Amino acid sequence: MSSTDGTAPPDRPADGKKLELGPVGHLGDRLFSGMAHGSGGLVILIVAFVGIFLLALAIPSLARNESSFLFSRVWEPGASPPRFGIAALFYTTLISSIIAMVIAVPIAVGVALFTTYYAPKRLAAPVAHAIDLLAAVPSIIYGLWGILFFAPILRPVINGIGSALGWIPIFEKPPTADVGVVFTASVVLAIMILPVVTAISREIFAQTPIAHREGALALGATRWEMIRTAVLPYGRSGVVSASMLGLGRALGETVAVLIILSVPNANDPWNSSIFAGGETFASKIANNAAEFDSPEKTGAYIAAGLVLFVVTFLVNSAARLIVARSAPGGKRPRKIRRIGDKAQTEGAAL
Amino acid sequence: MTTIAANRPAMDGKALDLTGKSGSRAFKNTLATVLIGLCFLLALIPLLWILWTVISKGYSLLFDAAWWSESQRGITVRREGGGAYHAIMGTLIMALITAVIAVPIAILGAIYLVEYGKGTKLARAVSFMIDILTGVPSIVAALFIYAVWITILGFNRVGFAVSLALVLLMLPVVLRSTEEMLKLVPDELREASYALGVPKWKTILKVVIPTAFGGIVTGVMLGLARVMGETAPLLILVGYSKNINLNPFDGFQGALPTMINQDRTELSLQPAADRVWAAALTLILLVLLLNLLARLVARFSTIKSK
Repeated sequence: MSSTDGTAPPDRPADGKKLELGPVGHLGDRLFSGMAHGSGGLVILIVAFVGIFLLALAIPSLARNESSFLFSRVWEPGASPPRFGIAALFYTTLISSIIAMVIAVPIAVGVALFTTYYAPKRLAAPVAHAIDLLAAVPSIIYGLWGILFFAPILRPVINGIGSALGWIPIFEKPPTADVGVVFTASVVLAIMILPVVTAISREIFAQTPIAHREGALALGATRWEMIRTAVLPYGRSGVVSASMLGLGRALGETVAVLIILSVPNANDPWNSSIFAGGETFASKIANNAAEFDSPEKTGAYIAAGLVLFVVTFLVNSAARLIVARSAPGGKRPRKIRRIGDKAQTEGAAL
Repeated sequence: MTTIAANRPAMDGKALDLTGKSGSRAFKNTLATVLIGLCFLLALIPLLWILWTVISKGYSLLFDAAWWSESQRGITVRREGGGAYHAIMGTLIMALITAVIAVPIAILGAIYLVEYGKGTKLARAVSFMIDILTGVPSIVAALFIYAVWITILGFNRVGFAVSLALVLLMLPVVLRSTEEMLKLVPDELREASYALGVPKWKTILKVVIPTAFGGIVTGVMLGLARVMGETAPLLILVGYSKNINLNPFDGFQGALPTMINQDRTELSLQPAADRVWAAALTLILLVLLLNLLARLVARFSTIKSK
């Protein structure tokens, strides 16, 4: 501030100049504001660049591709002419992630309810931290532990479901497959996304208005009835969006899946069973990093990566939209919101 | 159940029973409590199991001084000896470079969202893109950097390229946590500073950031913890080297995740298995230590709202 001695401010209006309230226009301010704006813009640019560059490098390979990129299960990007399609990768990626989500979400909701409404107050915080620690375990360790120690105890489960429901194609148990199958990967993925889904659900559940909860209890609800009628409806959209974020995580998980899933022989017929091996987008790309020797081959993997990017983009956008749609009025179901809004307008009138 | 039985006679057989809950409701309540408790126990099992596995199999090598000071140079899977110095240094160097690039952008981005862009369309777009970036799989980030760094610019696979990919993963974590902290800084502090005639940029640098400093440090540590355990970018963007290489711009470089990956197919050989689990334990310790420090910093520096 240059001219703020005692007399300056009263003089200003007399000069007919505009009263200078903020130190706008200083070099430091302009620089700093520019840097802040630039960093904000950079974030948008980065995401845009990811899409643009992946697309730019995928196009030449896609143009020369002799197979249907979306519907073929062949993967021979090194052949001439190259033939590759993502149907098998897409299927394995999607089915493993969806099973992971189906397993993880109910447990995550249970854990979130436990930490918010069941655990003793003094225990709640350490308990929440313990679950958060699951997120801190590197994925390569999940992979090793998953295939060496966890997979063997899944063997009876796989055999059980396989023999009971084996007549349904996706539960069919191929004679060759062992434990390195899609189902095993799904269960490990479920453990990996558990902390994410739990953390978000926990936050939403804790925000349930105290009036809803105490209202339910005052009407004689048991603790479970209070949760079913007040907490769960309030948190529903939050849980849905948490599940989507978990799904997004599972779709893109690389190393754990890479270690656990056994890659089927090239000559074996394709198998849709969750008790067979397979490859996801991420594991395929990571597994073949050594093959990135010609731009054409690399382009095929980049095209697969682009599809993964687009899918996670859509899933995460959906998660965010669900939150945004229910955000300002609180994440409440329609019925309660109407009552709540009425109460609010009445409150405003008072 | 017993309370109902005890209360009934007192009601003199009247129909209205306000004191207890019916058997099925009480049963459902108990069942829900048990199931929810079980969910929690079920979630704890993998954590304890993984920690137990890694600690019990990996601890012995960690007491060996060579583990912290030697590389794997010239050591084959069948031979004991050597250490993880090359991998630890590689992991730390890459993480450090990542932080140096990501943290300033993240903090400035958060400042933009909270101090400059509030409510504008651009800020909403930035915020949306941060959410998208949070969800970008590490393999996609790695492919993107591969496309730019190697295919287009024609450089080699080096540690620095890994750092660039990790920037994409660390940026949204640090940005979001910084944003949350900046939002917590009371407006009174900013107004007091403006009232003293301090320009906005100095207010941000000297008042807002110091107030939120603890939270920002927490975010940086959590971001570092996230990127240190990443393996996918390492697999694609740098080769594993058993030798000590402290130069991230030249040649292959070891890192803890790739050190694990290197020998994971040789686990039937005891020396290799020992090294894999010791490297896993070292990595977990690094990540947990960062998490723990982050929580400590967070605890001692929370902004107290009045």
